[in-house]
This record gives sequence, structure tokens and C-alpha cells, in this order.
Amino acid sequence: MSGYLFVAGLETHVELQTKSKIFCACSTGFGAEPNTHCCPVCTGEPGSLPVINREVLAYAVRAGLATNCAISEITKMDRKNYVYPDLPKAYQISQFEAPVAVGGYITLDSGKKIRINHIHMEEDAGKLVHENGYTYVDYNRGGVPLIEIVSEPDIASVEEAREYVEKLQLIMRHIGVSDCKMQEGSMRCDVNISVHREGEPLGTRAEIKNMNSLSFMEKALSYEYRRQCELLDNGERVVQETRRYNENTQTTESMRNKEDAQDYRYFPEPDILAIRVGKEFVKKIAESLPKLPDELRKEFAGYGLSETEVKRLVEYKRIADFYSEAAALSEPKIAANLILGEIFRGMQTEEEKERFELKFDVKAFAKLVNLRAENKINAGIQKKVLQKMLESGGAPEDYLSADDLAEVDTGAIDKLCAEAIKSNERAVRDYLGGKEQALKALLGFVMKATRGKADSAAVEAKLKELICK
Amino acid sequence: MSGKISEYSALLRAKKISSVELTKAYLDEIEKSDKKYNAFVSIDAERALKAAAAADEAIKRGEGGLLTGIPYGVKNNIAEKGVVTDCCSRILNGYRPTYNAAVIEKLNAEYAVPLGKNNMDEFAMGSSTETSVYGATFNPVNTAYVPGGSSGGGAAAVRAGMAAFALGSDTGGSVRQPAAFTGIVGLKPTYGAVSRYGLIAYGSSLDQIGPLTTSVRDAAIVYDAVRGADKRDMTSSPLSRTASDKLTGDVKKLRIGYPKEYFEGIDPEVKQIVESAFSFYRKAGAEIKEVSVPVLKSALPAYYIIACAEASSNLGRYDGIRYGYRATDYDDVNEMIMKTRSEGFGKEVKRRIMLGTYVLSAGYFDAYYKQALRVRESVSEAMRALFDSVDVLLTPVAPTTAFPLNYTAENMIETYMSDFCTVPVNIAGLPAVSLPAGNASSNLPVGMQLIGARFTEDVVLNAAYAFETEHPVNIDMGVRI
Repeated sequence: MSGYLFVAGLETHVELQTKSKIFCACSTGFGAEPNTHCCPVCTGEPGSLPVINREVLAYAVRAGLATNCAISEITKMDRKNYVYPDLPKAYQISQFEAPVAVGGYITLDSGKKIRINHIHMEEDAGKLVHENGYTYVDYNRGGVPLIEIVSEPDIASVEEAREYVEKLQLIMRHIGVSDCKMQEGSMRCDVNISVHREGEPLGTRAEIKNMNSLSFMEKALSYEYRRQCELLDNGERVVQETRRYNENTQTTESMRNKEDAQDYRYFPEPDILAIRVGKEFVKKIAESLPKLPDELRKEFAGYGLSETEVKRLVEYKRIADFYSEAAALSEPKIAANLILGEIFRGMQTEEEKERFELKFDVKAFAKLVNLRAENKINAGIQKKVLQKMLESGGAPEDYLSADDLAEVDTGAIDKLCAEAIKSNERAVRDYLGGKEQALKALLGFVMKATRGKADSAAVEAKLKELICK
Repeated sequence: MSGKISEYSALLRAKKISSVELTKAYLDEIEKSDKKYNAFVSIDAERALKAAAAADEAIKRGEGGLLTGIPYGVKNNIAEKGVVTDCCSRILNGYRPTYNAAVIEKLNAEYAVPLGKNNMDEFAMGSSTETSVYGATFNPVNTAYVPGGSSGGGAAAVRAGMAAFALGSDTGGSVRQPAAFTGIVGLKPTYGAVSRYGLIAYGSSLDQIGPLTTSVRDAAIVYDAVRGADKRDMTSSPLSRTASDKLTGDVKKLRIGYPKEYFEGIDPEVKQIVESAFSFYRKAGAEIKEVSVPVLKSALPAYYIIACAEASSNLGRYDGIRYGYRATDYDDVNEMIMKTRSEGFGKEVKRRIMLGTYVLSAGYFDAYYKQALRVRESVSEAMRALFDSVDVLLTPVAPTTAFPLNYTAENMIETYMSDFCTVPVNIAGLPAVSLPAGNASSNLPVGMQLIGARFTEDVVLNAAYAFETEHPVNIDMGVRI
């Protein structure tokens, strides 16, 4: 099975975080009682008509700009006809001929670009609930706005597929259009995958539907790649079909083949006139875009942070924003250490990091970083103050006594060090005998005498210097 | 007095009659006569009398407008909250909308009095009002004939004095043709002039709600009351203008086009009656111009393709899950949907759903649907260009007078073809009024159609008003009080 090239293209559905649905004023809120976020429009009552939500258009344009797409001057809605009980009109209002954004790309860490064919807007369907032998329909999700981001078949490995999805996720979160939670269904992926030998034309593709976690996607793609290679090695053909990933068997299985493929009978939605996307409208959105993850990564790497540190700081929008601002106001290395150390220790869950709720503002934080950077306080005091700020808010000066801040005279420290050595002969002997630990006693002496104000690293260095002289 | 609404409105304002009296008189007339015509499929007398009492109160307070206290009928495809609105189809059996159509809200705000639902062809698909699940409506002029369709119930109700006016809908002629067949006035407004919110869709890009009335002035009054942009209908427009205040009857210098394609294949007697209207206009000072629109011939097939394509999608939602009819015997949801639709839809509706599904299918889409859209564009363009040189077009409404009963079912293609005078207006989104032009030797009425440029309802109605003033229909379509 070696020697086959992996070719995949992704269709990624992203649920937009607008307050109201795409064609009516109903709430998009998640988790309400079934069929309470509904009206004649989103349940498709006879005679009701859809009205496009301008906010959805704005979000879709935002997503398009953030993925380097061109925004269509005229965009149109189309009907995609199919019958399913969760689709109350028996058609989904989507886009076919003139999608809102076209021709973008996402850059992977390797520098490779995964091209985006287009992004289109559409409505979500309702949900079927199977219980006690009955099937119930909940239309709360019906009409929740989605965008579908359709890539070109540029993805050449399972790893690239994962990185592409992670990058998309991060971008959508940073620009605030979606929380992209695969487990909750606010992001879903369909993958088209085929294999072929170098120099030969593309193979027949299979589509794997609705993968709702990254690890499932990786497993499904690895399995499917193996399956297709084995078929070809055995002289068999890959058939064009739709498959699904079975979590229990960890394999993909056929859902329907090309012959049963749906004919969606797309045609222009007569209830919604073509939408002109004004240049001013697009310009305003472009101006309101925040720094994108790639830009933030570059900025943070420029501060000399490690790759892991950069990754952790960029992962959550609020943290990235906070750090970006703090770094500009203070010493970036110290600021990063405090966030990734002390502050992260109190935020164990995803949600906590996502919310990143602090009782103090970035200016107070920067001040604390600067006190340390300018050597006005030592690491221990800084840590104590930060703990107090995390618990009760406020600014560093609220927790620092005049004594804490008093300048420590270097001469005095030198004198104290000499004194410590003199009155602890035994410790000095031990240290010279190879016991590193023995130095702690001397350090403790000096720190106690300065009530913890002295810079312990500097004291340690001075002690060593004096002992070895 | 020039019409029933104008007449009753004056009497109501002068407090010579009350709306309750007027409404009772109409209810009595329905009770007495509708067995013969089957124009109404439901009547809610209690609701009507309550609305009438409210109208009388409003008049006492000096509120309301010209439609305050006036009893009317509603086509059975216009949503009224809590009132069965089933498009005269088994598939919507018992369906009660949870909301009011935009036009109903407007009429409620004017304190007009709804009497009940008028019969129609199932889902507005037909030209005879014979495909209704409630049975056919009969033409009050002669009950051996159909009243036309699909708004035949409303037309018959107005013609027989069982409603002062009726709201119909017109997708390919469904207001104008029944008006012609029953000898009354019907207006199809410009696409977008009246909100479609609450009109159960047949062909969404063609449907418009329009009034059926006993006079041109009344048509203008109802039009003025229901027109206007609606934020719930993205295809509605703020460009419409009032019409009832523009009825001067002056047609001097009006440029009237004689489009010769409209007069080909017309019954000789109908042709002669409609053509004689030109001599009236010439005498009244209008300018008559012969014009030609060759592309009109393609409008009819394009219309059927587009209307059926949209219908096949619009009617997909009737699956028995949420409302309406549901088959009783099935093993799974797919079988349930299939049986429900097989049993719930009538023959003509199924025919159009199949036709529409076909023209949208992969492999046929370009040859049929796409091509129909191109024809639509060229018809619209030709019409736009035409209205640079004329103000209105004068044409027949239908090639014949009313069909005899049961003719349509056996002459499907001929019936489709008979729509060729009315569909170009829907294809191009134009306003057009149908009004009585005279009677044939059979005594059946002959209608004529005046077509205008977009949003010139005032021009079209004024031209009609001039003709009507000189050619009054001397038949009492009112009730005795």
C-alpha cells in the first residue's frame, strides 16, 4: 500500500454566533425546551417568507476576509431541495451560483497554502430525537445560520487535514463568528478523499460525512486511506460513494453510492432577491477585523518565546489579546511566564481559559511585570502580589508596603552576605564539601534580614562569589 | 354611486345603515344563494358579526376608512390566524395558520368584515375552480359554466352579491380571468406592490394578491388598502402609488397599444368586442398604436416551466408531519410521506409537481428551467421597451368566454393555452386590470385587459375607469337592506 498519494478536500460547516436566526428573529440560543425558539418562518408554515439577517451576511463576509477570500459584489440564495423530517420546508436555503466569498486560502505552518474554493451561507436543519420508540422533531436549530467553507483538494496527509481544521477553528474564534465546538456541533466536517500514484490522474473519491471530533477525523482518514490503497493493491476499484465513520468499529462504512446520490434540484430562491454587498460594508468589516492568529504568532515569537509558549498564548482569543497588550506595555518574557504559570494554574478548564476572567485590568498587570523587570521587587513578592490580585483584583500598589518597595542597598546586601558567611562556618564548609543545599541556609539568613525584599538570585550569586574568593 | 364599496361606505358613514345590518344581509344572501354556486367553502357568521359591531363602533368614533364595515371574502390560500386555510386541498386538511397574512392585518386595521373562505382550484392551479376538494364553483351568470379560476369562488361571490369584494391571488391570470368570466373587475398588481406574507405560495416569483370587485373604483380602493412594502416580504417594494385618488376618467393623449399577437387565435366574437373598445378610447382622445411583441409567444411555455418548478419546491413541505392530512397506514416515515402526498394531492397538483421536478432535474435544468429564465428576461425586456412608446396595452383576458363545466378536465392542453393573454403580465411582473367589455351572443360576459408599466396601477385603473363610466354594467350585485 505504499506509494499512493493522499488527496483530500474539506467541507467545513461553521455555526455562526449571531443572536437571531438567518431568516427570522428567533433566538439561536442552545439548549432551550424543544420547539420554543420557533416561528412560522423557521418552521416553514405555509405562506411564511424568509428575510435575510444582515448580521449573518456581515459574519460571512468577516469569515471570507479572514481566510483571504474575495467578497462577491452580488450574492444570491438558492434552494437545495431534499426531503427529511428535520427540514420543514423540504428545501434548505443555501447558496449555489453566487456564494458570498470565493477564492481564499489558509497557510499551514510549513508555508503550504490550502486553497479555499468558496464560502457560502445557509440555514441549519432541525434535530430528530428518538425516544421510547417514537421520533420527535425539535426545530429550535432550524434556521440557525451556518457558513460552509469548501477547500480545494490540496490536503496531502492526515496531519495536514488536522492542521487545516485547527487553523480554521482558531481563525473563526479569533474573529468572533463562531465558537467552533465540534462536540457540540457548531463545527462539522465532511471530507472528500482519494488516492493515486504520482504522475497518474486523481483517483475516485469517497466522501466521509459529519465527523464531529478531530480525533475521529484523523482515525477516519487514516482508515479510509488504508482501505482505498488496499483496494487498488488488490486490483479492485474505489467506488464513488458517501461513507460514515463508525466510532465502535473505528472503520468507515458505506451510506449510499453514486446511483442513489441526491439530485438537489438547486434553483434561485425566489423569495430572496439578489443581495448587493456594498464596498463600504465590506470595508467597515475589514477595518474591524482583529489581529489574526498568524499575525499574533509572529508577534509573540518576536518576543523570544518558545513555540509551545506562543501556541498556548494564541489558542484563546481573550488570552492572546490580553498578552498582546500586556507585552506592549511591559516586559514580554516576564508577562508570558506569569500568564502561562500563575494565571493558568487557576484556569484548568477550556471554558475558564476561553472566558479568561480576571479581576484586574491589563494596566495593573503590566505594572506588576514592570516592577519586577526594573528589579523593584523580587520574584517571590511578585508571585504573592499576583495571587492577591487574582483573588481580590486591584493594582500591585494595593498590596505592596513601603518596606516591600524600599530600595535595597547593594552595599548592605554585600555586608549581610559577608556576615552570613562569617556566622555559618559549618554551612560554608558543607558547601565547599560539595553540598549545594548548604547554601540555602546562608540565603535564608540574608532574605530574613531583608524581610524577603532582596533578589534571591543576586544574593545567591554574591554568596558564591564571596565563598569561593 | 360607482360601486358597492363606495356606495355602502357612504351609507355607513351617514349612519343610514350599520355594518351589522349590512353583514347580516350578506350572510343571508350567502345562506340563500350559495347552495347554487358553492363560492364559499366556510363561513364564520359569529366572527363576521363581531367584526361588524367593531366597525360600527369605529365609525361612531370617527375612525376607519373606506373599507370599514364592508363584508368581504378571502381566497382559501391567504392565511388567517385560527381559520382553516387549506388551499382547497385534502393535504392541508384542517390546517389553521398561527398568524395573519399581511393583507389580512391591513384589512383588520381598517375594520373590514371577513365573511369566510372562497373556493378555488387546488393550490391555485387551474382556470376553472373545478379542482377544489370542496367541489366546483358555478358561474352565477349561467351555472352551466365555470366561473374561471383559480380565484373562481371569490369572483362568483362578488358577482352573485354574496360579498362586496373578495381577495384573490393571480399567478398566471387567476384574478383577471375569473373576473372576465363572471363580468366583474379584477386587478393583478405589480409584482411587489402587495406583500405576499401569508399567501400560501404556488409560484413565488409570479404570485400577487389582488382584489375582485364590482367596479374599477372599488378595485382601486381595495388596492390602496392592501398595497405597500412589508419588511417580512423581501420581494415587496416601496414604489407602489395610490390609485383611487387618480380616477379622473380623462384619457386624452393616453397612448394605448394594440399588441397584435394578443389578438391571434381569439374567438371572433371576443375579438370583435375587445377591439370595439379601441374606438371608444380613440373618441375619448387617446392615441392608438399598433405594436408587436413577437417574444410573447414563448411566454406561455416559460410560465408553465417556472411556475411548476417553483411549485414543486413550494409544495415539498406538505409531508404530513406538522399539519394537515396524514395517511394512516405506513411502516416508516418515508412511506408515511409518500402515502400522505399520494392521497393528499389532487391530479392537477401532482401533474404540476412532477413537471416542475422534471424541469429542475440534473440533465434537464439547462434545457428547460434555464431556458425559461432567459425567455422571461427577454419578455420582461420587450415589455419594458414597449412602455417607452405606449402607456397601456389593451388586450383580451382570455380567448373565449367561460368554459362549460367539465371542459377543462378533458381539454388540459387547450386550457393551459387559454392562459396566453394573462401570463406575460406575471412573467414581467406588471400590473393589469380585467374589466367587462361587453357580452357575447351567449350572454356570457367578455373581459378586456389593460396592462401598464411597473407600478402604474393608477394609470391602468384610470383608463379602465374611463371605459367603465361610458359602459356601465347595469346589473345589481348588491344586497337588499
